[in-house]
Order: sequence, then C-alpha cells, then structure tokens
Amino acid sequence: MDKTQQVQSMTETLSKFIAYFGKVLPDDIRQKLEELRKIETTPMAALIYDTMFKNQELAAKLNRPSCQDTGVIQFFARVGTRFPLIDDLSEIFRNSVLDATKHAPLRHNSVETFDEYNTGLNVGYRTPSIDWEIVPKSDKLDVDIYMAGGGCTLPGRAMVLMPGAGYEGVADFVLDVMTSYGPNACPPLLVGVGVATSVETAAILSKRALMRPLGSHNPNEKAALMERELTKAIDAIGLGPQGLKGERSVMGVHIENAARHPSTIGVAVNTGCWSHRRGNIAFGPDLTYTIVSHKEAVL
Amino acid sequence: MKKILNTPVSDSDLQDIRIGDVIYLNGHIVTCRDVAHRRLIEYGRELPVDVRGGAIFHAGPIVRKLEDGKYEMVSIGPTTSMRMEKFEKEFIRETGVKVIVGKGGMASKTVEGCREYKAIHCVFPAGCAVLAATEVEEIERVEWTDLGMPEALWLSRIKEFGPLIVSIDVHGGNLFEQNKIDFNKRREEEFTKICEHIRFIK
Ligand code: SF4
Repeated sequence: MDKTQQVQSMTETLSKFIAYFGKVLPDDIRQKLEELRKIETTPMAALIYDTMFKNQELAAKLNRPSCQDTGVIQFFARVGTRFPLIDDLSEIFRNSVLDATKHAPLRHNSVETFDEYNTGLNVGYRTPSIDWEIVPKSDKLDVDIYMAGGGCTLPGRAMVLMPGAGYEGVADFVLDVMTSYGPNACPPLLVGVGVATSVETAAILSKRALMRPLGSHNPNEKAALMERELTKAIDAIGLGPQGLKGERSVMGVHIENAARHPSTIGVAVNTGCWSHRRGNIAFGPDLTYTIVSHKEAVL
Repeated sequence: MKKILNTPVSDSDLQDIRIGDVIYLNGHIVTCRDVAHRRLIEYGRELPVDVRGGAIFHAGPIVRKLEDGKYEMVSIGPTTSMRMEKFEKEFIRETGVKVIVGKGGMASKTVEGCREYKAIHCVFPAGCAVLAATEVEEIERVEWTDLGMPEALWLSRIKEFGPLIVSIDVHGGNLFEQNKIDFNKRREEEFTKICEHIRFIK
C-alpha cells in the first residue's frame, strides 16, 4: 500500500469502528451492567436494567445506534513519535467521523459557537476534539474514541480548592455533583475525577479517567483507596439505574492525578452514562490493528 | 399485568395512578420539545396537532424518509424534561394534554399544572432509543418541519409504548423530588464517613 492507500484504509477502519461501538457497548461495561442488575432488588430497578438490555439487543439486531444521542466524538490518542502516519492522524480522525456520521448514521452534534448553526456534518471548528499524548521512540498508536452524550456531559464541573479544604473538599465536591446532576445523567455512572493544580489540568485528567477500563485502579495506593471510598459513598446515596433509586449508583470511580501547586488543589469531575460508548483500538506500524475494548468486534 | 392507558385519556383514567407506577401507552404520541413549547406559550401560535386527551414526548428522533414518501422511526429517546419546566404548566392548560413523557424530573410548576388540569409526567428509560422506536407502529404525520428533524412535531401511532415510570401524578406527587430528599440525606451521612479515610494532608 502506498501512503494514500494507507491513509484511506485507516480512515475506513476507524469509521467502521465508530459506527460499531455506537451500537455495541464495550465488554467491560456490558459485564458490569449485568453484575449490577443482579445486585438490584426492587422490581423497578430490575425493569430498567431489563429495558436497557433489551434495547442493546435490538440495537445490535437492527444495526442502529443504541442511544439517539451519539454525542460529540472525542479522540484520546497515545501516539508514538515514529508511528508512520503521525502527520496525517488529525485528518484521518476527522474524516473517519465524517464517514461514520453518514454510514452509522450518527446524529449531527456539532453546533458552531457564536455563529450558532449546526454544521450538519457532525464535525466543526476544533471538533472532533483530539487529546494527544506523545510516546517517545514508539512506532505504535493506541487510541480511545468516545461518544460524549449531552446528558452525561452536563454534570461536568471543575474548581480550584484551597489546600485547607483537603481531600475532604475533593470528596465534598464530587458528592455534590452526584446528588445535583447525577440522577439526570443516566446512571449507573462512570465517574472520572481529576486532581491537580488548576481547572484545565484537573479537567483533562477527569476525562482521561473515563477512558480507563473498568476494574483498573490508580497506581497510587491512597488515590486507589479514595476511588474505593468514593465508590462506596456514591453507591450508598442509592441513585440506582436512571436515578430512580437502587443499591448501586456507579459502574466505577476513576481518579487521575498530577502534582499540584502548594497553594491549590484543582479538582474536576466528568461523568459517563450507562451507555458508555468508548472504543479502544491499537495500531502497529504496519497498520494492523487490535480492538481492545470489544473482543468480538469484526469490522 | 401490564397497566395500559389508551389515548384519548380521560381525567378518571389518571385518578388511580401514583408516582412510581409503571404504565404503557396505546394510541398516539407527538414529539414536542423546546421550540414547540415556546411557539405556543410565548408567541401564542396554535399547536398544529390537537393533543387534547393525548400524549406528548420530549424527544428529538432520528427519522428516515422511505421511498413511498412515508417516514420510519429509526431511533427515539427522551430528552431532559426540565428544559420545558418554564412552559409546561401553561402548556397543559392550553392544550389539554394528559400524558407528558420525557427524561428526569420536572419541578413545582409542572406539579401544579398536573394537579390542577389533571395530567401526569412519566419517564421513558433514557438511552433505550431503539426499543422506543420499535414501539412506534407508524409515523402518521409531521408538522412544523421548518424546525428541523429533532424539533419538528412527529405524530406517531404507538403500541404498548413503555415502560413509562410515573414521576408526577395528579395528586401532587413528584417522584424525583421525593428521591432527592433521600439522596441528600444519605449524602451527608456518607460525607461524614468518607472524611475519616481521606485525611491525606497531615
Ligand atoms: S446520558 Fe447517555 S444514555 Fe442518557 S440520553 Fe445521553 S447519551 Fe443516551
């Protein structure tokens, strides 16, 4: 394959993958939802989980996006400096969204700000958004792609605390978001928390936290403890599926952290809904790929 | 046994329904959201679909136009009802709508409207848009197409449309508000507990 063909083939692969994971949830999420359904005891919670599963079955069978809000597409790329198509990646990502929008089909979710019109293409100025992490000396690409729906984007919050507030202040902030905005964000939720210096450093970490597979833990022991404690606390609030009460509120709580300025604690929260449409795909230098998030996927 | 309501719905049909009940709907439902509410209430325009005794759905669907000129419902899921709170009480009074379907709770003015003019608000489990679409038998009409696909009024004939969880009843009950009281109470308890474990700044 020459370069042009490679670019085209990778665009096609990504386009098909985006269309696919708009219809089929990742393995970890599916497994978790089944686990949570077994724990629920009330007929209401069971009914809601049953409805969700029935919907996912129908979506796969009828080949339709499982939720009508296919979100704004976000890419989180960990790219090796020696990945052969590194110069073309931005274009590849954008074109894969354009293509998937037509074929999946995806909803047109890109409204130009200030000029306030829907582009009708599902891409626009700086969308899809791309978050880059450079991996030195690598020739690979590992990318998470995410459909950020409106309902679960809405709870997003960030602020800078004074150190006197401590990690208690962080917990207070997270719990507040859960009771005020959680019920409407389609629980059970995946909760991403960023702890750093400022709003933007914390915010990007809180979103990256949502890209971590379920069951993963923060490598720092204390941060991992806080993940567990927050999970327990938010579960105990009892949001249940759809905020209609239940034994569990979350699929998980993930914290990502960075060192902070001595005078500040930046904290941010992002939520993912039960329909957590995240796809993880890894490309080698010869463009062979592995779909990490959906083991049974065939594109 | 499934509790099924048929449109047109009468006041007495709603009398025994309480928050937390699960019902299904037969008959007709029309999508109606932000701009449609605004046109009726703020600009005084008449709704081109008569919803007296009927049902509205806070939703913006994905619809496919078929070769014979008809439309197919591909995907339809509820959108946040709270956005319509500002208009809903007057909307109920003006239109005589009986069943409002959406996502999440609504607030005190809608509760007043539901009690005074006899109507209920229900939620369809969100994110289940394909299921909802398969419960639409046929799209019978579309109005206000100038608003674009999500905002236009899509009148659908539906069969056992649900599950619909009643969140506001005609007796002044509000399920989400009631739940919120519990959530907030437990949140306080949990906050006190968690603080014991996370005093990392010493
Ligand atoms: S929060 Fe998620 S499941 Fe709920 S409507 Fe939005 S995208 Fe769909």
